Amino acid sequence: MADSDTPATITFVLNDPPYENARSTTAFRLIDTAIRRGFNVNVFAYEGAVALPFARQAPHANAVHGRDVASEDHPNTKDWIAALLAEAAERQVKLDWVNCGLCVDERGVAEAIPGTRRGSPADLAKFSEASRSTLVIPTR
Amino acid sequence: MAENILSIVESAYRATLEEQDDPIVWLAHALRASGAATHLLLRGNAVNYGVRDQDASGLRFGARAQTQPPRIDRDLLALIDKGGEVFYIRDDASIRGIRPDEVIPGLKPVKTTDLPALFRRFDRVWHW
Amino acid sequence: MARYVLIESRDPFESNDVRYFYELAASLARAENDVTLFLVQNGVLAARAGEQAPSFAELGQAGVRVLADDFSLRERGITATRLSDGVKASGVEAIVDRLGTGAHALWH
Repeated sequence: MADSDTPATITFVLNDPPYENARSTTAFRLIDTAIRRGFNVNVFAYEGAVALPFARQAPHANAVHGRDVASEDHPNTKDWIAALLAEAAERQVKLDWVNCGLCVDERGVAEAIPGTRRGSPADLAKFSEASRSTLVIPTR
Repeated sequence: MAENILSIVESAYRATLEEQDDPIVWLAHALRASGAATHLLLRGNAVNYGVRDQDASGLRFGARAQTQPPRIDRDLLALIDKGGEVFYIRDDASIRGIRPDEVIPGLKPVKTTDLPALFRRFDRVWHW
Repeated sequence: MARYVLIESRDPFESNDVRYFYELAASLARAENDVTLFLVQNGVLAARAGEQAPSFAELGQAGVRVLADDFSLRERGITATRLSDGVKASGVEAIVDRLGTGAHALWH
């Protein structure tokens, strides 16, 4: 567990776009656990993962289950990320979420939720140097 | 001092035509430009990245042609020129019928049993 | 001695390549590293005891600590009584805490 006076930092590198694979949710579980255990967390979103905080995601109803939008209560991945950012702030640790800019450009997902930022591989280099460890969650 | 990072690449030709690069080989170059000392280990299908004379040119949809196809073998040579080491799992190449003379110069074959010792040489080991 | 946490997200019935990752864990442990193999997502399907199940007890004898994600197990209806010998259920804090101590983390 991190020392509460000097939080250690862990970096995660994500690669998967939303709604394609279980890896995104597992990544959120790891980030959430790291925040709750008092670590500062860096996230470098690469390739399709830059779409995870895309601001224009929208929830939908579920006719198969007879649920309207409200009762389906479906968090988009941007909502999970916003919640993680809020939790980090409440616990006074940092969650620094960087989207790789070129990956953002080619996918047209520049509108990301507040609290995330555009960056580059230089950020990943800095993250890695400043972290106890870096976990890459690759895509397939 | 620059971090020594070994990136293990196993997924091959995954998005290389759309990206005009392998994203992880590209990232190794970009990180090197940011000061990291990046190196690669190719395993599984990615050992094929070390095969010389790959040619992905000629893609065209309607009037739109791809003018910069990926040249991953050249990207590996360029990484070696910049001081990076590129390793590959010898058995993964041989079961795929890749002969040593078909591999670009400068690649270093290793055995899976060599990996614990190889990992010890690096500050970071990332598995892509 | 270095610390490693190897995270296996696939099961060996789906992909032959999983065997490489189990063997890497054993090899790192035999080289006197501290090694945890953490099964997650469909990787926990290998943890259900059965005739075709991999021998995690052998990995344990090689010095590998084998854990299976409790959420992934529950999601797939695998209870503690159905786990193979040599596998223990665990939360993902086992990964996070090891990252916090500087372990090399490899995801497959």
